[in-house]
Amino acid sequence: MTLPIAAQINSVMAALILLTAFGLLIQRRILGLLHIFAWQGFFLCVSTAIVGYVTGVHHLFISSLLTLTFKVILLPYILYTLMRKLEIRREIESLVNIPGTMLIGIALVIFSYHLTSPITQLSTLVTRSTLAVALATVMLGLLMMVTRSHAVTQIIGFLAMENGLFFAATSATYGMPMVVELGVALDLLIAAFIFGIFFFHISTTFDTLDVAQMAKLKEED
Amino acid sequence: MILLILLGISLFFAVVLAFVGDRKYAPDINIAGSAATFVAGVLLALQVYLHGPMTGGNKFFFVDAFNVYLAVLTSFVSMTTAIFSRRYMRVEREHGRVGHWKMRFYHAMYQLFIFAMLLALLTNNFGVLWISMELATLSTVLLVSLYRTPTAIEAAWKYFILCGVGIAQALFGTVLLYFASERVLGVGGEALLWTNLSQVSNQLEPTVLRLAFVFLMVGYGTKVGLVPLHNWLPDAHSEGPTPISAVLSGLLLNVALYALVRCKVLVDGSTGTHMAGRMMMGFGLLSILVAAFSLLRQKDIKRMFSYSSIENMGIATFAFGIGGPIATFGALLHMLVHSLTKSAIFFTVGHASQMHGTQEMDRIRGLIKGNPVVGWAFIFGAIALVGMPPFGIFASEFLILTATIKDAPLLTPLLLLGLGVAFAAIFRKVQPMVTGLVPPWQTPLKAAHVPVILHMALVLILGLYMPRFLSDWFHLAVGILK
Repeated sequence: MTLPIAAQINSVMAALILLTAFGLLIQRRILGLLHIFAWQGFFLCVSTAIVGYVTGVHHLFISSLLTLTFKVILLPYILYTLMRKLEIRREIESLVNIPGTMLIGIALVIFSYHLTSPITQLSTLVTRSTLAVALATVMLGLLMMVTRSHAVTQIIGFLAMENGLFFAATSATYGMPMVVELGVALDLLIAAFIFGIFFFHISTTFDTLDVAQMAKLKEED
Repeated sequence: MILLILLGISLFFAVVLAFVGDRKYAPDINIAGSAATFVAGVLLALQVYLHGPMTGGNKFFFVDAFNVYLAVLTSFVSMTTAIFSRRYMRVEREHGRVGHWKMRFYHAMYQLFIFAMLLALLTNNFGVLWISMELATLSTVLLVSLYRTPTAIEAAWKYFILCGVGIAQALFGTVLLYFASERVLGVGGEALLWTNLSQVSNQLEPTVLRLAFVFLMVGYGTKVGLVPLHNWLPDAHSEGPTPISAVLSGLLLNVALYALVRCKVLVDGSTGTHMAGRMMMGFGLLSILVAAFSLLRQKDIKRMFSYSSIENMGIATFAFGIGGPIATFGALLHMLVHSLTKSAIFFTVGHASQMHGTQEMDRIRGLIKGNPVVGWAFIFGAIALVGMPPFGIFASEFLILTATIKDAPLLTPLLLLGLGVAFAAIFRKVQPMVTGLVPPWQTPLKAAHVPVILHMALVLILGLYMPRFLSDWFHLAVGILK
């Protein structure tokens, strides 16, 4: 595989990741969200493996494998099991103003391109053009966490942000040093454990996983 | 070597306490573990004092004058908090607020939290710094929701989500930092080491570092609790058990600010401008003002002192932003004395709210008559906190004010306004709580006196006299942070 072809495949993967990020933003069914999230992880894993292959940076294969186990298999599986236990598989979230959210999302993508353009010019890596997409994925995850009020949805937004960060590390620098990447994966695992416990606490205390119900702690006037 | 021992002790005790569980002697093991960490911290400090900065574990860890005093402070406050927590948690247990499993969890997580903070302070690697900051958050999230009340769960969820979002920005900033340093130092773990980066900071690409600092500022700034990223802080610091509030307010905020200041030094070295400092001044001043005015309308005692933490971290951030020897010296001192004062106040506040069965300030009355030590310590703590002489915060705030008048005279009135409003707000609310008659709903309590008295004595000493080794370190640290 030559470099230009690899760069093109990588760009396609980046496009698909961005597409899934938008998919997450507007998907209302929780089960559907889970599927899209797993696909996003899969595209990320493929992209990392290709970059690792053409550049000869071998620790990217380990990162790619980590992504596959964590973000494509383990985390969606944990979330799915939790949802079955809590009986929220079929839940549909009411979303207000989908077109508005989409427009904000598009603005965020343009903003990301603007922000990263000086860095892209400095870089000589084959992956440099995808850094903007990575930042956009982080921003879209952030937007998702702000606009949604379901606990599971917020967590998926959080994990999508993590995907974006991982993608950023691959596109800007061919991955962070190994010790850092392993540490981040460990943190992610602990976080998964914690939000699992949280889902149970929230649903037993509030009878719902809609966190909009939690609004007791406010400044009184 | 001593570096690795220092880190190992708390990790080891976390595992031990997870197995010991809710035995009668578990709190004593917790104290013993923290005390051992403190002893190791003092030994480390001694070595650094005698032989200067050093690295350990194949350059993975390092100590210099800046982080050594924070490491000793962290181990000291965690030891006194463990002593306080023994009495406090026993009462909570008798009231049935925590059970068997929760106590096991509480002790193990307490030690893990200390480990995470020490790792953040002592690591040489910016990536590991990020990881341990996140670990410190994760280990305390479930402690905040320990009581499982609706408000506690809400606070912990907010803490988890908002800090997760914030710290994700810091990771993006770290990626950009790595991008810039890789071009100078080459690929690999070496490129994220502080000891290497600080040598070559003037060769790092300024455009990249400028962008990186924006992300790092937002990320670590969320953890410092700077306005407008502070929403989670008053909730998280007021809903959990009081020993946790004491270490969150007293220690974790310091560690986050430490991370931010390290990043600022690199960015300053690269850009050669005052851009990072300006940003920190802006965030800091806004935090002081917003927190001071929020203090006025608080009803919950722990919530009020959480806002005071925002205000004080704002002061330190502002001072680091000004830069220069006097302001930096003041900021370093402020981190130290605020940490001691605030944890002492939380100790007394914890006992006071246990005596009255509530955290509402309107129902806490007659503390001096009810329990003289708690009452007097509380009033002295409040006096120290608002910056009255002869306590340590007066000294640090005085230095910071002097530097402000010299370097940023236009901001002086705003700073004074914030300090004045905070003074009035805290004093107005503390005074009726300590004086007056004992109300009928107050119950007597065996309080832990040692930690409070120890902390207040130290704050008093630091206000009157600066030990030689401390001023030496601060001068060295000022040199590092130039």
